[in-house]
Amino acid sequence: MKIFATYNIKGGVGKTAAAVNLSYLAAQDGYRVLLWDLDAQAAASFLFRIKPRVKGGGKALIRGTRTIDDAIKATDFDGLDLLPADFTYRNLDLVLDAGKKPQQRLGSLLAPLSGEYDVVFLDCPPGISLLSESVLNAADTLLVPLIPTTLSVRTLDQLTDFIGGLDGSRPQILAFFSMLDRRKRLHREISEQLPAKRQDVAATAIPAISLIEQMSVQRAPVTAFAPRSAAARRYAELWAEARERAGLPQLSGSSSMP
Amino acid sequence: MSFGLFLVIGNLREVFILQSVVRQFLLNGDNGAEPDQVLKLPGSAFAVSDASRSMTLRRLWLDTFDWRLYRSGLALEQVSRAGVTELALTGRDGEMLASDRFGRVAGGAGGGGRSRPSWPALLEALPLGPLRDRLGPVVGVRALLPVARAVSTVREARVLNSDEKTVARITVDRMSVTFPAAAAVPAHLAVSALRGYQGQAVKVADLLAEAPGVAEASQSGLEAALAAAGRRPGDYSGKISVRLAPRMPAGAAMVALLTGLFDTLLANVHGTVRDLDTEFLHDLRIAVRRTRSALKLAGDVLPGGIAARFRPEFKWLGDLTTPTRDLDVYLLGYPDMAAGLVAATAEELQPFHAHLERSRAAAQRQLARGLRSARFARLRRDWPDALASAAARPGPTRPSAARLAATRIARAHRRVLRDGGAITPASPPESLHELRKRCKELRYLLEFFGSLYDPGEHWRAVRELKALQDCLGEFQDTQVQREEIRDFAAQMMDQRAAPAATLLAMGEIAAGLAARQQRARGEFTGRFRDFASPAGQSRIRALTGVAAA
Repeated sequence: MKIFATYNIKGGVGKTAAAVNLSYLAAQDGYRVLLWDLDAQAAASFLFRIKPRVKGGGKALIRGTRTIDDAIKATDFDGLDLLPADFTYRNLDLVLDAGKKPQQRLGSLLAPLSGEYDVVFLDCPPGISLLSESVLNAADTLLVPLIPTTLSVRTLDQLTDFIGGLDGSRPQILAFFSMLDRRKRLHREISEQLPAKRQDVAATAIPAISLIEQMSVQRAPVTAFAPRSAAARRYAELWAEARERAGLPQLSGSSSMP
Repeated sequence: MSFGLFLVIGNLREVFILQSVVRQFLLNGDNGAEPDQVLKLPGSAFAVSDASRSMTLRRLWLDTFDWRLYRSGLALEQVSRAGVTELALTGRDGEMLASDRFGRVAGGAGGGGRSRPSWPALLEALPLGPLRDRLGPVVGVRALLPVARAVSTVREARVLNSDEKTVARITVDRMSVTFPAAAAVPAHLAVSALRGYQGQAVKVADLLAEAPGVAEASQSGLEAALAAAGRRPGDYSGKISVRLAPRMPAGAAMVALLTGLFDTLLANVHGTVRDLDTEFLHDLRIAVRRTRSALKLAGDVLPGGIAARFRPEFKWLGDLTTPTRDLDVYLLGYPDMAAGLVAATAEELQPFHAHLERSRAAAQRQLARGLRSARFARLRRDWPDALASAAARPGPTRPSAARLAATRIARAHRRVLRDGGAITPASPPESLHELRKRCKELRYLLEFFGSLYDPGEHWRAVRELKALQDCLGEFQDTQVQREEIRDFAAQMMDQRAAPAATLLAMGEIAAGLAARQQRARGEFTGRFRDFASPAGQSRIRALTGVAAA
C-alpha cells in the first residue's frame, strides 16, 4: 500500500483538485484506492457527493473507538472509496495530542487497510500542525502543489527543511506547479526553469483552467467528466510521474465499460 | 442463492458487480411489469439514473452427464464477451471458488491468448491451475458438457439520493435461453449495495419488492435457464431409480425395472458413439448387464416369451461393448501401472501405451459401428414395444413384486453360499469367476428390488456382499489383464512394435498383476467367511423375510 498526501501550508493552491483527480486516475488504472478527506472544509467529500459526516466524529476514528472500515463510503467510481470529512476534524490536533505517539497515529490507523487498498490519498488541510506532522510521517510521497511564484519556491525549501528535521520515516517530496497562468511571464519562467533544476519538482504543471473550477458544479473529477480535456491530460501526466516516483507498476489500464 | 453473474470488463480486471447483492428479484412480464417502469421506483425519494451501462454476454453452463458438479453444489459457468471468456466455478451461495480466463487479453498474466476448450472436453483440456485442481476430484474422468446456453443483456442502473450520489445499483439481466431449448426467462433484478450505503440498498430492495409483478428470485442462473427450457438439473443418474410397490404384480414390476434400465442404456448411446468419456460406455454396459441378469433371473414372469426372444440380443450388445471397455480399464489404470514400475522405466513402457491407444481406437470404431447397426436399431425399436405390450396385457396378479423379490433373492443368495463354500485353495480360477457372476446376480437383485426395503437394512445387507465382490473383481480383472497382456505382447511382436525393453516392462506389469491377483486370492477366504457368517446371512434373510410377509 502506497500512501500519497497532497499538502501545502497555504490554502487554495489545488490540493483537493489534485487529490480527487489523481485518486480517480489511480482507480482507473486498476488500483484499489482510498481517499481520506482530512480537511474539515470537506471539499473532496463534496466533489464525490458524499455527506461529510463520520459517526462519532474524528475523535472516534483517531482514538479507534470506531474502525476506519466502518466509515468508508464507495464513490460512484469503481475501485475508489472515500473516507469522508467531518466538521469535528477541525479539532483533530487536540485529539491527536491527547493520545500516545501522535505523529505516528495516522500511519497506524491506515496500516490495517493494506490488504484492501493499493493506494491511499490523504487530502490535508493547510497549515502546519500535529495533524500535518502525522500525515508527513504516514505518507510515502508528499504531493505539494505550488503556485509558480518566487515565494512558493521558498515555501518548498522551508517544507523540505522541516521534513528533514522530522524523526522517523520521511516522505519523498514531489512538488508540482498548480494554477499555472501561461499569460504571466513569471509563471512561465518559473514553471519551465525549476523542474530542470530540481529533482523534487514534477515536469507536469496543472494549468489554471476554468474547467477545473467546474468540478464543484459537476461534482466529479475533471478526469471523469472531461477525460479528453487539457486539464485531464495534465493530471494524467502528473499521476504517471507520481506513480513512477512511488515505484508503483503500471497496470493494464482503464476498466471503464463501453 | 445468487444468480452467479460475472462480468468480464476491460482488460485484466474482472468486476464481479454482484459481489454485494442485497436481494434479487424476478420480473414477471405477464403482469405487465416492465423493468423501465419498475426501475423508476415511483413514490420514493430516490432517482434512478438513465445513464445506464449495458452489455451482452454469452453464457454457457457446464456439467458432467451425471451432474457431478450440480450434485456437489457447484456451478461451472463460461461467460464470453468481446472475445474474452471467463470460466468460473461457484459454490452453493454463488461464491466464486476458482476461475480461469481465455482469449484476447493484453499482457501475459491471466491467461492471455489461450483459447478456451471446445466443449465437450475432458478436464485435461483445461490449463493447470486452481480451477482444474478444484474440479478434478469432483469431475474425475467425466467430460464436461454444455447443459445450458443463454444470452444475457445486462443493464446496470444507478439509484441516486438527493445529492445525486449513487447509493445502490440495480442490475437488470434479460436472459434468453438458447439451449437445451429456446426460452425466455423473466428479467432478473439484483440490488447491490455500495460500501457505506447498505441501509439505502435495503430500502431500495424493499421498494422493489412491493412493486407489481416483482417476485423474490429463488433460483440460480442455471436453474432458471434449465427450468425455462423444461429440463431439471440432476435428471440423469446411472442408479436404479424405479420405485416398486410390494403388492404390485411381479410382471409389472419387471416391466417397470426393464423400462428404466433401457432408458439408462439409451441415455448413454450418444456419448458412447461420440466417445465423450469412458463413463458413457461403462454406464451403458451396466444397464446391459442388469437387463441380462433381470431377464435371466426373473424374466419368466414376463408374458409371451419376451425374455427368451431378447436375451440373445442383449448378449450381443454386451459382447459388442467388451473390447473397448477392457482397453479403457487398461488405459485408466495405466498411469498407476507405469508409476509402479521398479526395474523398467515409464519410457520403456511407452510403446505399450501407444499399442493400447491404437487398439482402443479400433475397438471404439467397431463399437460405434455396432451401435449404428440395423441390429441395434431393431433392438431400440422392438424392445420398448415388447415392454409396452407386456405392460398393456394385464397378467396374473400373483406373485407380487415382494414375493418375486424374496424368492429370487433367496435363491441367488443360496447359490452364492453353495458355490462359495465349495471353493478351496486348490480350486481353479474359473470357480472364483463363476462365484463372481453369482454375486453380481445377487447384487443386481438387491438393487432391482431395493425400493421395497428399508434403506438402512438394505445398506447393511449389501455391505458385506460388496466387500466380497470387490475382492472377486480384483481377482478376475487381474486374471483377464494378465491374459490380455500376453495377447498384446504377441500382437506387438507381429506388428514389429515391441522393442525388447518394452516387452520386459510389460513382463514386469504382468508380474505386478499376478501379485495383485495372489493378494486378492489370499483375501478371499476372509471376505467370504464374513459374508457367509450367521450374522451376514441373517442380514440378507431379514430383508427378504420382511418383504415377503
